[in-house]
Amino acid sequence: MTDSSSSDGEAIPAPEGPANIIETDYEIGQNNVQPFGLDIHNPVFAISGLSVVAFVIITLAFQNSIGPVFTSLRDFLTSTFDWFFLLAGNIFVLVCLALIVTPLGKVRIGGRDATPDYGYAGWFAMLFAAGMGIGLMFYGVSEPISHYSTSFGGIAVGENGMRTDWAPLGGAEGDEAAAHALGMAATIFHWGLHPWAIYAVVALSLALFAYNKGLPLTVRSMFYPIFGERVWGWPGHVIDILAVFATLFGLATSLGVGAQQANAGLNYLFGIEIGTTSQIVLIALITGAALVSVLRGLDGGVKVLSEVNLIMAAVLVLFILFAGPTTTLFGDLAENIGAYATELVPLSNPFGREDTNFSQGWTAFYWAWWISWSPFVGMFIARVSRGRTVREFVTCVLIIPTAVSILWMTVLGGTALDQLIHQGFTGAQDAALELKLFEMLTQLPWTWIASLLSIVLVIVFFVTSSDSGSLVIDTITAGGKVDAPVAQRVFWATFEGLVAIALLIGGGLGALQAMAVSTGFPFAIVLLIACYALIKGLMDEPRQ
Amino acid sequence: MFSRIMVPVDLSHLDQLDKALTTSEDLARTFGAEIVYVSVTAETPTAIAHNPTEFAQKLDAFAASRPAAPGKTNSAKSYTAHDPAIDMDKTLLKAIEETGADLVVMGTHKPGIADRFWGSHHGSDLASHSGVSVFLVR
Repeated sequence: MTDSSSSDGEAIPAPEGPANIIETDYEIGQNNVQPFGLDIHNPVFAISGLSVVAFVIITLAFQNSIGPVFTSLRDFLTSTFDWFFLLAGNIFVLVCLALIVTPLGKVRIGGRDATPDYGYAGWFAMLFAAGMGIGLMFYGVSEPISHYSTSFGGIAVGENGMRTDWAPLGGAEGDEAAAHALGMAATIFHWGLHPWAIYAVVALSLALFAYNKGLPLTVRSMFYPIFGERVWGWPGHVIDILAVFATLFGLATSLGVGAQQANAGLNYLFGIEIGTTSQIVLIALITGAALVSVLRGLDGGVKVLSEVNLIMAAVLVLFILFAGPTTTLFGDLAENIGAYATELVPLSNPFGREDTNFSQGWTAFYWAWWISWSPFVGMFIARVSRGRTVREFVTCVLIIPTAVSILWMTVLGGTALDQLIHQGFTGAQDAALELKLFEMLTQLPWTWIASLLSIVLVIVFFVTSSDSGSLVIDTITAGGKVDAPVAQRVFWATFEGLVAIALLIGGGLGALQAMAVSTGFPFAIVLLIACYALIKGLMDEPRQ
Repeated sequence: MFSRIMVPVDLSHLDQLDKALTTSEDLARTFGAEIVYVSVTAETPTAIAHNPTEFAQKLDAFAASRPAAPGKTNSAKSYTAHDPAIDMDKTLLKAIEETGADLVVMGTHKPGIADRFWGSHHGSDLASHSGVSVFLVR
């Protein structure tokens, strides 16, 4: 007689309850090869791995000439396809809202009787650390200030009749209160419902086709309703390879951003020189720390780090809230939510925009970046979300992180704006992007400790992203196997660091962003198709 | 000398476990011991099963198909792990305690390059950290 237990001592819910398993002749790992004791998918691992190696070599070999190429590529994609990114983002939000309110929300991930593997605290910590991470530290102060300043500056029109300013929508020339509201609304827009809707769609699709349909936990499985058995051939190979590229370059962008900010912070605190060399050393050291975390696994590595992240982020935000203009920030919170609700539709509009610098340079770039991150974050969220109903899942993945983003941006951005508007302190406004957070902290008590906490937080976010990213890329390149040899994760964690270094040397942040956008574009098309597959898959599933 | 033998099995590589399975059955007959087959699976679909419940059923069927010592009944116990590649040793150590086994017979493979660098020898780790006898069969 078989007795079943989970590794943490709780019984497996048995039976799992009826779920609509897809019967396929494909056996997980059947295309895998085992060179040198590894267990890798042929050809996804080989093509992804060799392309990444080639990319690193070419970027390093042509480091002086390749930077402008990356920048042109980013500008071309965000200016030509801005409408497409914005439209896709809106579709993802609408799909998520539909899933919350329709009976499809009653489907449970893992079958009718499945129970959650992780409690709310650990689950939320992991999805938040994976989903936002370093970006919150980098843009928490800089984005509200940028949007406030451009809004306050108003509209400027060039000789060709096109707007040359970077203000969102119509700006708010000379009106502090209106510029404050518009600046915060635009910031929250980029960190609110839309990015999390992108993640939710990907995560839910992956979870549904793995836990309910019994297909391998890999991106191609989402497309089984469309391609059928052909998904195990080249159409699936292409999808998985695209997902690896998107994840790797999305992660490298984040790692590059994190290295720049950590470097700026260390320069501020300890006088460590700001430059590519320092950032390369930082990436190398932090990748080394990520390798330790990789070897500790999901529970001993990522989960612990995510919880540490969440606690440290809470400490930082509470410190700023109470050491900063507390009363003003509490007032701002309600105003910012109102401003976000008011401006959500105009900011989401994909067509006929006059604020092209803002909608292309900020929004389209962000949407591409979130999309490029979505296979990584989505697969990671999927892996830890078994046992939740679709309604519970989408509500939590969409609403709670959005609420935290609003709080985060209100506290960090609101404090910097208060310093600028009411105290006349322009330090944060004038500083480079990566220094704005530290400049804001100079106006608060315990500056040194708060700055150190911020740097540690950036680094821990960095390690968490690198670790969870390696886990995801390894699963994809192992054909959906989650128990492939650990050496493979070590390979990917190492290469994430190398890609970040190559891109930094090859063209700085522009190159990083260009690659994120470039891989985000084809993946956006993939995700729109995935929405159809998700709804079709959910309609076939028994409900609670 | 031994009353309960725990045999960790990988259902996807049964062909490589012949010697370990035969050894455990010989020892069970010699000592009049029962065998508990233990296996660790992911919560995600695997090559063996769509979900942990189906996996447990297959392990159960496997245990029933193996010969037991006279008067004894073999059993099976499956475990799930969030990250089987890392949690294997920890889960097997827990299984030793929970099954009350006093001997572990475990098949191991010849170390490959990956093992030499990253040391994923579940058998030797188990022997190092367990209080019971561990018999590694290569």
